[in-house]
Amino acid sequence: MTSAALSVRLVIEPKGDPRGLHIDVSFDVPPGVTVLFGPSGAGKSRTLASIAGLLRPHQGRVALGDEVWFDAERRIELPIHRRRVAYVFQSLALFPHMSAAENVAYGLPRDVPRDERRARALEMLTKMHVEKLADRMPRTFSGGEAQRVALARAFAMTPRAVLLDEPFSALDAELKAELLREVGEQLARDRVPTVLVTHQPAEAELLGERVVFIEKGRVSRTTSMSDAPFR
Amino acid sequence: MELDPLFLSFEIAAAATIIAALVGVAVAAILANFRFPGRDLVDVLFTAPIVMPPTVLGYYVLVLLGRRSFLGHAFESLTGTSIVFTKVGAVVAAVIGALPLVVKSVRTALEETDPTLVQAARTLGATPLRAFFTIQLPLAYRGIAAALMLAFARALGDFGVTLMVAGDIPGQTQTASLAIYDAIQAHRERDAAVMIAVLTGVVIVLLYIVGKLTARERSS
Repeated sequence: MTSAALSVRLVIEPKGDPRGLHIDVSFDVPPGVTVLFGPSGAGKSRTLASIAGLLRPHQGRVALGDEVWFDAERRIELPIHRRRVAYVFQSLALFPHMSAAENVAYGLPRDVPRDERRARALEMLTKMHVEKLADRMPRTFSGGEAQRVALARAFAMTPRAVLLDEPFSALDAELKAELLREVGEQLARDRVPTVLVTHQPAEAELLGERVVFIEKGRVSRTTSMSDAPFR
Repeated sequence: MELDPLFLSFEIAAAATIIAALVGVAVAAILANFRFPGRDLVDVLFTAPIVMPPTVLGYYVLVLLGRRSFLGHAFESLTGTSIVFTKVGAVVAAVIGALPLVVKSVRTALEETDPTLVQAARTLGATPLRAFFTIQLPLAYRGIAAALMLAFARALGDFGVTLMVAGDIPGQTQTASLAIYDAIQAHRERDAAVMIAVLTGVVIVLLYIVGKLTARERSS
Protein backbone atom coordinates (compact mmCIF):
# COMPACT_ATOMS: atom_id res chain seq x y z
CA MET A 1 0.00 0.00 0.00
CA THR A 2 1.37 3.40 -0.87
CA SER A 3 -0.11 6.70 0.12
CA ALA A 4 0.36 10.42 -0.13
CA ALA A 5 2.87 12.39 1.91
CA LEU A 6 2.03 14.23 5.07
CA SER A 7 2.98 17.88 4.96
CA VAL A 8 3.41 19.67 8.27
CA ARG A 9 3.80 23.37 8.93
CA LEU A 10 3.09 24.44 12.50
CA VAL A 11 3.43 27.34 14.89
CA ILE A 12 2.64 26.53 18.50
CA GLU A 13 2.91 29.37 20.98
CA PRO A 14 3.72 28.67 24.62
CA LYS A 15 0.78 28.42 27.00
CA GLY A 16 0.76 31.01 29.76
CA ASP A 17 4.51 31.34 30.26
CA PRO A 18 5.82 33.88 27.67
CA ARG A 19 9.34 32.51 28.11
CA GLY A 20 8.10 28.99 27.26
CA LEU A 21 9.02 27.14 24.10
CA HIS A 22 7.81 28.69 20.85
CA ILE A 23 7.52 25.97 18.21
CA ASP A 24 7.80 26.85 14.53
CA VAL A 25 8.44 23.80 12.35
CA SER A 26 7.93 22.77 8.77
CA PHE A 27 8.69 19.38 7.22
CA ASP A 28 7.26 16.68 4.96
CA VAL A 29 6.70 13.03 5.78
CA PRO A 30 6.67 10.81 2.67
CA PRO A 31 5.52 7.18 2.96
CA GLY A 32 8.05 5.41 5.17
CA VAL A 33 9.57 6.33 8.50
CA THR A 34 10.71 9.87 9.26
CA VAL A 35 12.43 10.34 12.60
CA LEU A 36 11.79 13.48 14.61
CA PHE A 37 15.05 13.67 16.49
CA GLY A 38 16.07 16.04 19.24
CA PRO A 39 16.69 16.51 22.95
CA SER A 40 13.91 16.40 25.55
CA GLY A 41 11.88 19.60 25.59
CA ALA A 42 12.63 20.47 21.95
CA GLY A 43 8.92 20.38 21.04
CA LYS A 44 8.76 16.93 19.38
CA SER A 45 5.80 15.56 21.30
CA ARG A 46 3.73 18.71 20.89
CA THR A 47 4.43 18.68 17.16
CA LEU A 48 3.20 15.09 17.02
CA ALA A 49 0.09 15.88 19.06
CA SER A 50 -0.71 18.72 16.65
CA ILE A 51 -0.49 16.43 13.63
CA ALA A 52 -3.02 14.08 15.23
CA GLY A 53 -5.31 16.96 16.20
CA LEU A 54 -4.85 16.46 19.95
CA LEU A 55 -3.42 19.96 20.18
CA ARG A 56 -4.58 22.96 18.17
CA PRO A 57 -1.64 24.90 16.70
CA HIS A 58 -1.85 28.67 16.52
CA GLN A 59 -0.78 28.88 12.90
CA GLY A 60 0.03 26.55 10.06
CA ARG A 61 -1.29 23.76 7.91
CA VAL A 62 -1.31 19.97 8.12
CA ALA A 63 -2.34 17.92 5.10
CA LEU A 64 -2.18 14.35 3.92
CA GLY A 65 -1.80 14.65 0.17
CA ASP A 66 -4.73 16.79 -1.00
CA GLU A 67 -6.74 16.29 2.16
CA VAL A 68 -6.31 19.24 4.51
CA TRP A 69 -6.48 18.24 8.18
CA PHE A 70 -5.73 21.64 9.59
CA ASP A 71 -5.43 25.10 8.10
CA ALA A 72 -5.38 28.06 10.47
CA GLU A 73 -6.01 30.62 7.72
CA ARG A 74 -8.91 28.78 6.13
CA ARG A 75 -10.22 27.72 9.54
CA ILE A 76 -10.17 24.06 8.65
CA GLU A 77 -9.85 21.51 11.40
CA LEU A 78 -10.69 17.88 10.67
CA PRO A 79 -11.87 16.17 13.88
CA ILE A 80 -9.33 13.77 15.41
CA HIS A 81 -11.48 10.70 14.85
CA ARG A 82 -11.72 11.34 11.12
CA ARG A 83 -7.95 11.62 10.53
CA ARG A 84 -7.36 7.90 11.12
CA VAL A 85 -3.85 8.27 12.48
CA ALA A 86 -2.38 5.53 14.61
CA TYR A 87 -0.87 7.25 17.63
CA VAL A 88 1.28 5.28 20.04
CA PHE A 89 1.70 7.26 23.25
CA GLN A 90 4.76 7.24 25.45
CA SER A 91 2.49 5.93 28.23
CA LEU A 92 0.96 3.50 25.67
CA ALA A 93 -2.55 4.46 26.93
CA LEU A 94 -3.98 0.95 26.89
CA PHE A 95 -7.58 0.99 28.12
CA PRO A 96 -7.29 -0.59 31.60
CA HIS A 97 -10.88 -1.90 31.63
CA MET A 98 -10.57 -3.81 28.34
CA SER A 99 -8.74 -7.01 27.46
CA ALA A 100 -5.92 -6.95 24.92
CA ALA A 101 -8.30 -8.16 22.20
CA GLU A 102 -10.87 -5.50 23.08
CA ASN A 103 -8.17 -2.83 23.08
CA VAL A 104 -7.05 -3.87 19.60
CA ALA A 105 -10.62 -4.16 18.27
CA TYR A 106 -11.52 -0.67 19.54
CA GLY A 107 -10.05 1.04 16.49
CA LEU A 108 -11.75 -1.18 13.90
CA PRO A 109 -14.59 0.40 11.91
CA ARG A 110 -17.90 0.16 13.79
CA ASP A 111 -19.66 -1.69 10.99
CA VAL A 112 -17.34 -4.70 11.26
CA PRO A 113 -19.39 -7.54 12.80
CA ARG A 114 -18.45 -8.82 16.27
CA ASP A 115 -16.92 -12.14 15.27
CA GLU A 116 -14.79 -10.51 12.64
CA ARG A 117 -13.65 -7.81 15.06
CA ARG A 118 -12.31 -10.47 17.38
CA ALA A 119 -10.72 -12.41 14.54
CA ARG A 120 -8.95 -9.33 13.25
CA ALA A 121 -7.77 -8.37 16.74
CA LEU A 122 -6.38 -11.87 17.28
CA GLU A 123 -4.66 -11.78 13.90
CA MET A 124 -2.89 -8.52 14.78
CA LEU A 125 -1.97 -9.75 18.28
CA THR A 126 -0.49 -12.86 16.63
CA LYS A 127 1.56 -10.68 14.30
CA MET A 128 3.00 -8.94 17.34
CA HIS A 129 3.51 -12.33 19.09
CA VAL A 130 1.18 -11.59 21.98
CA GLU A 131 -1.89 -13.67 21.01
CA LYS A 132 -1.71 -15.43 24.38
CA LEU A 133 -2.64 -12.12 26.04
CA ALA A 134 -5.90 -11.74 24.09
CA ASP A 135 -8.23 -12.21 27.05
CA ARG A 136 -6.00 -10.73 29.73
CA MET A 137 -6.24 -7.24 31.17
CA PRO A 138 -3.48 -4.63 30.70
CA ARG A 139 -2.55 -4.50 34.41
CA THR A 140 -1.16 -8.05 34.08
CA PHE A 141 1.15 -7.23 31.13
CA SER A 142 4.90 -6.78 31.37
CA GLY A 143 6.40 -3.61 29.87
CA GLY A 144 7.30 -5.33 26.62
CA GLU A 145 3.91 -7.04 26.34
CA ALA A 146 2.06 -3.77 26.86
CA GLN A 147 4.16 -2.19 24.12
CA ARG A 148 3.31 -4.99 21.69
CA VAL A 149 -0.43 -4.72 22.44
CA ALA A 150 -0.32 -0.94 21.98
CA LEU A 151 1.41 -1.34 18.62
CA ALA A 152 -1.06 -4.07 17.58
CA ARG A 153 -3.90 -1.68 18.42
CA ALA A 154 -2.31 1.07 16.34
CA PHE A 155 -1.70 -1.11 13.28
CA ALA A 156 -5.08 -2.90 13.41
CA MET A 157 -6.99 0.25 12.46
CA THR A 158 -5.25 0.35 9.03
CA PRO A 159 -4.03 3.88 9.64
CA ARG A 160 -3.35 6.50 6.99
CA ALA A 161 -0.41 7.79 9.06
CA VAL A 162 1.45 6.41 12.06
CA LEU A 163 2.74 8.60 14.90
CA LEU A 164 5.05 7.00 17.46
CA ASP A 165 5.88 9.10 20.53
CA GLU A 166 8.93 7.39 22.05
CA PRO A 167 7.02 4.16 22.58
CA PHE A 168 10.17 2.10 23.05
CA SER A 169 11.88 4.26 25.68
CA ALA A 170 11.04 2.03 28.64
CA LEU A 171 12.36 -1.24 27.16
CA ASP A 172 15.70 -2.90 27.85
CA ALA A 173 18.13 -3.10 24.93
CA GLU A 174 17.58 -6.74 23.95
CA LEU A 175 13.76 -6.55 23.94
CA LYS A 176 13.91 -3.26 22.11
CA ALA A 177 16.06 -4.54 19.24
CA GLU A 178 13.66 -7.42 18.62
CA LEU A 179 10.56 -5.25 18.81
CA LEU A 180 12.08 -2.55 16.61
CA ARG A 181 12.85 -5.15 13.94
CA GLU A 182 9.26 -6.44 13.98
CA VAL A 183 7.79 -2.95 13.94
CA GLY A 184 10.12 -2.10 11.08
CA GLU A 185 8.77 -5.06 9.10
CA GLN A 186 5.18 -4.04 9.77
CA LEU A 187 5.88 -0.43 8.76
CA ALA A 188 7.63 -1.60 5.60
CA ARG A 189 4.51 -3.60 4.68
CA ASP A 190 2.12 -0.70 5.30
CA ARG A 191 4.27 2.09 3.77
CA VAL A 192 2.23 4.92 5.22
CA PRO A 193 3.77 8.21 6.36
CA THR A 194 5.20 7.46 9.78
CA VAL A 195 6.74 9.83 12.31
CA LEU A 196 8.90 8.38 15.08
CA VAL A 197 9.77 10.74 17.90
CA THR A 198 12.93 9.78 19.73
CA HIS A 199 16.12 11.11 21.27
CA GLN A 200 17.95 7.79 20.94
CA PRO A 201 20.21 7.44 17.86
CA ALA A 202 19.99 3.62 17.89
CA GLU A 203 16.19 3.72 17.53
CA ALA A 204 16.42 6.31 14.80
CA GLU A 205 18.94 4.29 12.80
CA LEU A 206 17.02 1.03 13.07
CA LEU A 207 13.67 2.34 11.88
CA GLY A 208 14.21 5.64 10.12
CA GLU A 209 14.72 6.49 6.48
CA ARG A 210 14.89 10.25 6.99
CA VAL A 211 15.66 12.42 9.98
CA VAL A 212 14.28 15.80 10.92
CA PHE A 213 16.43 17.33 13.65
CA ILE A 214 14.53 19.57 16.05
CA GLU A 215 16.17 21.91 18.50
CA LYS A 216 14.43 24.49 20.69
CA GLY A 217 11.26 24.35 18.60
CA ARG A 218 12.98 24.77 15.20
CA VAL A 219 13.97 22.33 12.48
CA SER A 220 17.74 22.54 12.41
CA ARG A 221 18.36 20.02 9.63
CA THR A 222 16.52 17.49 7.42
CA THR A 223 18.48 14.61 5.93
CA SER A 224 18.33 11.01 4.76
CA MET A 225 19.36 8.45 7.37
CA SER A 226 22.60 7.61 5.53
CA ASP A 227 23.74 11.23 5.86
CA ALA A 228 22.63 11.61 9.46
CA PRO A 229 25.52 12.52 11.79
CA PHE A 230 24.83 9.75 14.30
CA ARG A 231 28.27 8.13 14.21
CA MET B 1 -47.23 1.70 64.21
CA GLU B 2 -47.28 3.68 60.99
CA LEU B 3 -44.44 2.80 58.59
CA ASP B 4 -45.92 4.30 55.43
CA PRO B 5 -43.78 7.47 55.67
CA LEU B 6 -40.69 5.29 55.59
CA PHE B 7 -41.79 3.48 52.42
CA LEU B 8 -42.75 6.79 50.87
CA SER B 9 -39.29 8.18 51.67
CA PHE B 10 -37.56 5.27 49.94
CA GLU B 11 -39.84 5.59 46.92
CA ILE B 12 -39.20 9.34 46.63
CA ALA B 13 -35.45 8.96 47.22
CA ALA B 14 -35.21 6.27 44.52
CA ALA B 15 -37.03 8.43 41.97
CA ALA B 16 -34.94 11.48 42.95
CA THR B 17 -31.69 9.54 42.65
CA ILE B 18 -32.56 8.36 39.12
CA ILE B 19 -33.39 11.91 38.02
CA ALA B 20 -30.33 13.38 39.77
CA ALA B 21 -28.15 10.70 38.14
CA LEU B 22 -29.35 11.48 34.61
CA VAL B 23 -29.17 15.26 34.98
CA GLY B 24 -26.12 15.28 37.26
CA VAL B 25 -23.91 13.04 35.12
CA ALA B 26 -24.73 15.09 32.03
CA VAL B 27 -23.96 18.39 33.79
CA ALA B 28 -20.78 16.97 35.36
CA ALA B 29 -19.61 15.67 31.98
CA ILE B 30 -20.07 19.10 30.40
CA LEU B 31 -18.28 20.86 33.29
CA ALA B 32 -15.43 18.34 33.26
CA ASN B 33 -14.83 18.28 29.50
CA PHE B 34 -15.72 21.67 28.06
CA ARG B 35 -14.51 25.19 28.66
CA PHE B 36 -17.13 27.80 27.83
CA PRO B 37 -18.11 31.26 29.06
CA GLY B 38 -20.25 30.99 32.16
CA ARG B 39 -18.84 27.62 33.16
CA ASP B 40 -18.03 28.79 36.68
CA LEU B 41 -21.51 30.26 37.01
CA VAL B 42 -23.11 26.92 36.04
CA ASP B 43 -20.89 25.23 38.61
CA VAL B 44 -22.00 27.67 41.32
CA LEU B 45 -25.69 27.29 40.40
CA PHE B 46 -25.53 23.51 40.71
CA THR B 47 -23.50 23.62 43.93
CA ALA B 48 -25.35 26.41 45.77
CA PRO B 49 -28.17 24.19 47.15
CA ILE B 50 -25.59 22.52 49.45
CA VAL B 51 -25.27 25.71 51.49
CA MET B 52 -28.51 27.63 50.79
CA PRO B 53 -31.21 27.78 53.45
CA PRO B 54 -33.96 25.24 52.58
CA THR B 55 -36.58 27.97 52.90
CA VAL B 56 -34.85 30.00 50.20
CA LEU B 57 -34.63 26.97 47.92
CA GLY B 58 -38.23 26.10 48.65
CA TYR B 59 -39.28 29.64 47.78
CA TYR B 60 -37.56 29.44 44.39
CA VAL B 61 -39.23 26.12 43.63
CA LEU B 62 -42.63 27.55 44.54
CA VAL B 63 -42.02 30.53 42.27
CA LEU B 64 -40.72 28.42 39.38
CA LEU B 65 -43.00 25.39 39.63
CA GLY B 66 -46.03 26.65 41.57
CA ARG B 67 -49.53 26.32 40.11
CA ARG B 68 -49.47 29.85 38.75
CA SER B 69 -46.01 29.59 37.21
CA PHE B 70 -45.57 28.78 33.53
CA LEU B 71 -43.86 25.43 34.17
CA GLY B 72 -46.27 24.44 36.93
CA HIS B 73 -49.25 25.28 34.77
CA ALA B 74 -47.84 23.41 31.78
CA PHE B 75 -47.14 20.34 33.93
CA GLU B 76 -50.65 20.40 35.36
CA SER B 77 -52.34 20.71 32.00
CA LEU B 78 -50.27 17.80 30.67
CA THR B 79 -50.60 15.39 33.59
CA GLY B 80 -53.64 16.61 35.46
CA THR B 81 -51.69 16.91 38.69
CA SER B 82 -49.82 19.85 40.12
CA ILE B 83 -46.18 19.76 41.14
CA VAL B 84 -46.42 21.51 44.47
CA PHE B 85 -48.05 19.79 47.42
CA THR B 86 -47.99 16.41 45.70
CA LYS B 87 -45.57 13.48 45.60
CA VAL B 88 -44.04 15.06 42.48
CA GLY B 89 -43.12 18.10 44.57
CA ALA B 90 -41.49 15.86 47.18
CA VAL B 91 -39.39 14.26 44.43
CA VAL B 92 -38.39 17.71 43.12
CA ALA B 93 -37.34 18.71 46.65
CA ALA B 94 -35.26 15.56 47.05
CA VAL B 95 -33.63 16.09 43.63
CA ILE B 96 -32.57 19.60 44.68
CA GLY B 97 -30.76 18.16 47.67
CA ALA B 98 -29.19 15.28 45.76
CA LEU B 99 -28.18 16.95 42.51
CA PRO B 100 -25.28 19.08 43.83
CA LEU B 101 -23.67 16.01 45.36
CA VAL B 102 -23.93 14.11 42.06
CA VAL B 103 -22.56 17.01 40.01
CA LYS B 104 -19.62 17.63 42.36
CA SER B 105 -18.58 14.02 42.93
CA VAL B 106 -19.09 12.83 39.35
CA ARG B 107 -17.21 15.82 37.99
CA THR B 108 -14.24 15.00 40.24
CA ALA B 109 -14.38 11.33 39.22
CA LEU B 110 -14.47 12.23 35.51
CA GLU B 111 -11.64 14.75 35.86
CA GLU B 112 -9.50 12.15 37.58
CA THR B 113 -9.58 9.77 34.60
CA ASP B 114 -6.39 9.85 32.53
CA PRO B 115 -6.97 12.30 29.63
CA THR B 116 -4.49 10.36 27.49
CA LEU B 117 -6.93 7.44 27.40
CA VAL B 118 -9.66 9.62 25.93
CA GLN B 119 -7.16 11.03 23.43
CA ALA B 120 -6.13 7.49 22.48
CA ALA B 121 -9.79 6.60 21.89
CA ARG B 122 -10.20 9.67 19.69
CA THR B 123 -7.19 8.77 17.53
CA LEU B 124 -8.66 5.27 17.20
CA GLY B 125 -11.70 6.77 15.52
CA ALA B 126 -14.05 7.37 18.44
CA THR B 127 -16.33 10.42 18.35
CA PRO B 128 -16.23 12.55 21.53
CA LEU B 129 -19.50 10.94 22.63
CA ARG B 130 -18.27 7.39 22.06
CA ALA B 131 -15.00 8.14 23.89
CA PHE B 132 -17.05 9.45 26.81
CA PHE B 133 -19.36 6.44 27.05
CA THR B 134 -16.75 3.73 26.41
CA ILE B 135 -13.69 5.16 28.18
CA GLN B 136 -14.26 8.07 30.56
CA LEU B 137 -17.58 6.97 32.07
CA PRO B 138 -16.65 3.31 32.76
CA LEU B 139 -13.31 4.34 34.26
CA ALA B 140 -15.10 6.71 36.64
CA TYR B 141 -17.69 4.13 37.73
CA ARG B 142 -16.53 3.91 41.36
CA GLY B 143 -16.82 7.64 41.82
CA ILE B 144 -20.20 7.62 40.08
CA ALA B 145 -21.51 4.76 42.23
CA ALA B 146 -20.33 6.60 45.35
CA ALA B 147 -22.00 9.80 44.17
CA LEU B 148 -25.33 8.05 43.59
CA MET B 149 -25.27 6.49 47.06
CA LEU B 150 -24.58 9.86 48.63
CA ALA B 151 -27.38 11.31 46.55
CA PHE B 152 -29.79 8.59 47.73
CA ALA B 153 -28.81 9.15 51.37
CA ARG B 154 -29.31 12.88 50.99
CA ALA B 155 -32.64 12.48 49.19
CA LEU B 156 -33.86 10.11 51.90
CA GLY B 157 -33.43 12.70 54.62
CA ASP B 158 -34.67 15.93 53.07
CA PHE B 159 -36.82 18.02 55.38
CA GLY B 160 -36.90 21.73 54.71
CA VAL B 161 -37.46 21.93 50.98
CA THR B 162 -39.92 19.04 51.11
CA LEU B 163 -41.97 20.83 53.76
CA MET B 164 -42.02 24.06 51.74
CA VAL B 165 -42.81 22.49 48.38
CA ALA B 166 -44.78 19.35 49.14
CA GLY B 167 -46.24 20.11 52.55
CA ASP B 168 -46.77 17.47 55.19
CA ILE B 169 -49.79 15.55 53.97
CA PRO B 170 -50.04 12.10 55.63
CA GLY B 171 -50.20 9.32 53.05
CA GLN B 172 -49.22 11.66 50.22
CA THR B 173 -46.20 13.80 50.99
CA GLN B 174 -45.40 12.96 54.59
CA THR B 175 -41.95 11.44 54.32
CA ALA B 176 -40.12 9.79 57.22
CA SER B 177 -38.25 13.00 58.12
CA LEU B 178 -41.53 14.91 58.38
CA ALA B 179 -43.29 12.09 60.22
CA ILE B 180 -40.45 11.97 62.79
CA TYR B 181 -40.83 15.69 63.37
CA ASP B 182 -44.58 15.36 63.84
CA ALA B 183 -44.19 12.39 66.18
CA ILE B 184 -41.64 14.17 68.37
CA GLN B 185 -43.83 17.29 68.51
CA ALA B 186 -46.76 15.14 69.65
CA HIS B 187 -44.64 13.28 72.24
CA ARG B 188 -44.98 10.03 70.30
CA GLU B 189 -41.27 9.17 70.61
CA ARG B 190 -41.93 5.47 70.16
CA ASP B 191 -43.48 6.04 66.74
CA ALA B 192 -40.42 8.03 65.76
CA ALA B 193 -37.92 5.50 67.11
CA VAL B 194 -38.25 2.86 64.39
CA MET B 195 -38.01 5.40 61.58
CA ILE B 196 -35.03 7.05 63.25
CA ALA B 197 -33.29 3.69 63.60
CA VAL B 198 -33.93 2.68 59.98
CA LEU B 199 -32.80 6.03 58.52
CA THR B 200 -29.68 6.05 60.69
CA GLY B 201 -28.81 2.47 59.73
CA VAL B 202 -29.33 3.02 55.99
CA VAL B 203 -27.26 6.21 55.95
CA ILE B 204 -24.39 4.65 57.92
CA VAL B 205 -24.28 1.61 55.61
CA LEU B 206 -24.38 3.84 52.51
CA LEU B 207 -21.61 6.12 53.78
CA TYR B 208 -19.49 3.10 54.70
CA ILE B 209 -19.80 1.77 51.13
CA VAL B 210 -19.06 5.22 49.71
CA GLY B 211 -15.89 5.37 51.83
CA LYS B 212 -14.80 1.94 50.57
CA LEU B 213 -15.48 2.85 46.95
CA THR B 214 -13.61 6.15 47.02
CA ALA B 215 -10.68 4.75 49.05
CA ARG B 216 -10.10 2.02 46.47
CA GLU B 217 -10.42 4.59 43.72
CA ARG B 218 -7.64 6.67 45.27
CA SER B 219 -5.32 3.70 45.76
CA SER B 220 -5.80 2.28 42.24
